Amino acid sequence: MKELNFDAVVIGGGAAGMAAAIELDTAGFSCAIVEREEGLGGILGQCIHNGFGLIEFNEELTGPEFAERMEERLTGSKIASFTGTTVMEMDARAEIKTLYCYTAKYGVLRLNARAIVLAMGCRERNRGNIRIPGDRPAGVYTAGLAQRLVNIEGLVPGKNAVIIGSGDIGLIMARRMSWVGCKVHAVVEILPYPSGLTRNIVQCLHDFGIPLYLSHLTTRIIGKDRVEGVEVTPIENGAMMHEKAFVIPCDTVLLSVGLVPENELSKTAGVELNPMTNGPVVDSMLMTNVPGVFACGNVLHVHDLVDYVAEEARRAGQNVARWLKGDKPSREARLKAGSNVRYLAPSRVDLDRDNKLYLRTLIVKNGAMLEVKVNNRVVKTQKKSHIQPSEMITVELGPKDLESAAGSPDPVVEVSIN
Amino acid sequence: MSQELVCITCPMGCRLTVDTLTDGSLEVSGNRCARGIKYANEELLAPKRMVSATARIAGAGHEALDAIARLPVRTTVAYPKEGVLELLAAIYALNVALPVKRGDVLIKDYKGSGVDVIAARTLS
Repeated sequence: MKELNFDAVVIGGGAAGMAAAIELDTAGFSCAIVEREEGLGGILGQCIHNGFGLIEFNEELTGPEFAERMEERLTGSKIASFTGTTVMEMDARAEIKTLYCYTAKYGVLRLNARAIVLAMGCRERNRGNIRIPGDRPAGVYTAGLAQRLVNIEGLVPGKNAVIIGSGDIGLIMARRMSWVGCKVHAVVEILPYPSGLTRNIVQCLHDFGIPLYLSHLTTRIIGKDRVEGVEVTPIENGAMMHEKAFVIPCDTVLLSVGLVPENELSKTAGVELNPMTNGPVVDSMLMTNVPGVFACGNVLHVHDLVDYVAEEARRAGQNVARWLKGDKPSREARLKAGSNVRYLAPSRVDLDRDNKLYLRTLIVKNGAMLEVKVNNRVVKTQKKSHIQPSEMITVELGPKDLESAAGSPDPVVEVSIN
Repeated sequence: MSQELVCITCPMGCRLTVDTLTDGSLEVSGNRCARGIKYANEELLAPKRMVSATARIAGAGHEALDAIARLPVRTTVAYPKEGVLELLAAIYALNVALPVKRGDVLIKDYKGSGVDVIAARTLS
């Protein structure tokens, strides 16, 4: 068994993993990336549409271009990349943590490090997660799987498709499938509003005349060997209108019904998860409850832009470097999601530093007010011209904003939206 | 004639009503800012779209699942919407020989439009 030692090991070689590793290398720490795919870049490789990099590179790029530009920043660094390598187990109980990995090259590979960065990204929710009744024929794919088949492997999964869920991946795939000669018959969304960006509704559905059924539930998948159709039932005033149900014939169903952080490995190491995000609970340094284990990117919470992922991961990398030097926050306050806030990440703020928080709201509203309270006293307000659940909101809090938290034993910072 | 349009310049998603005046110019209402007027004019008079797709790689087969069988490509700038299908056909007719570098021009100045199709990743 091959065994190697590093100051830090990053699990996952996507945008988050690369960004975190670069910071660690720059700070002079030895660092490795472990990636289960044969190349770096993560999910970006299959996202061939544009819209990436406006913040990070000041240019509108496709996913593969963004990944390659990130990877170029690794050249000249001392970062060790283990691709085609899967982490099977993480033992994070001692000061020196151990990752047990499998690779075709070395067999079992043991990596030891003082710090671990979780950057494994997220997974798609599937048919089992949303419990669509009916037959179990071939032809049911998650949208991301179909995206991989079409864009990387050059295989088109069907000729007549229905997309369930109006998330952005589903909308992007509606256009992609149309452009490779597949007829997309409908997008079915249970909520009364689409979960994807308006831009994608216009350019991926309207351009192709694809109907969007809002407030409609897929009640059955029909088909013996291959999908033959889906039964769709309208929802009116919260009630299912069974007598108005109809069948849309198709041979392929794509599911775009949300993403979940990929934390199987984290759980085995005793990392505490936040039930709202399914990602780890982290402090102001993005460190989990297990000392020396940090998290960033989509494994922490699902972001809407890779640019935000890279920004957060860079901060994680810088924090890991601080932590390795023995620097810890001296005073923190607990963050609380107030009214209309679904979650906040991280879960704590450092009273002596500048903090950047990401949050998601529960409501759609034009002209909303974001409010930050320290121990029930308002310290900051921010006007938001438009908010919706699918768009992440950023809040910056510095030592001045948090001044009044200093004296109290267990200060609470609450963020709410009204 | 009056047309309904959703502005996609920012996430506000203003619902625009656009009337065509006798001189052919457009009168836009429902916009909350000037960008809505610009969007309506572009979208109704000369709509354009960024095109991203994949091209065939010379010699690539399907024997190995997991292998990269297609090269991602994109237009350098947005292309007139009505010609997108034709442009896609030209992209699908490509047979790109490796190695290829990110940014390599695969189709130069398509039909005199000033729009190039370039490789979106490096493959060797």
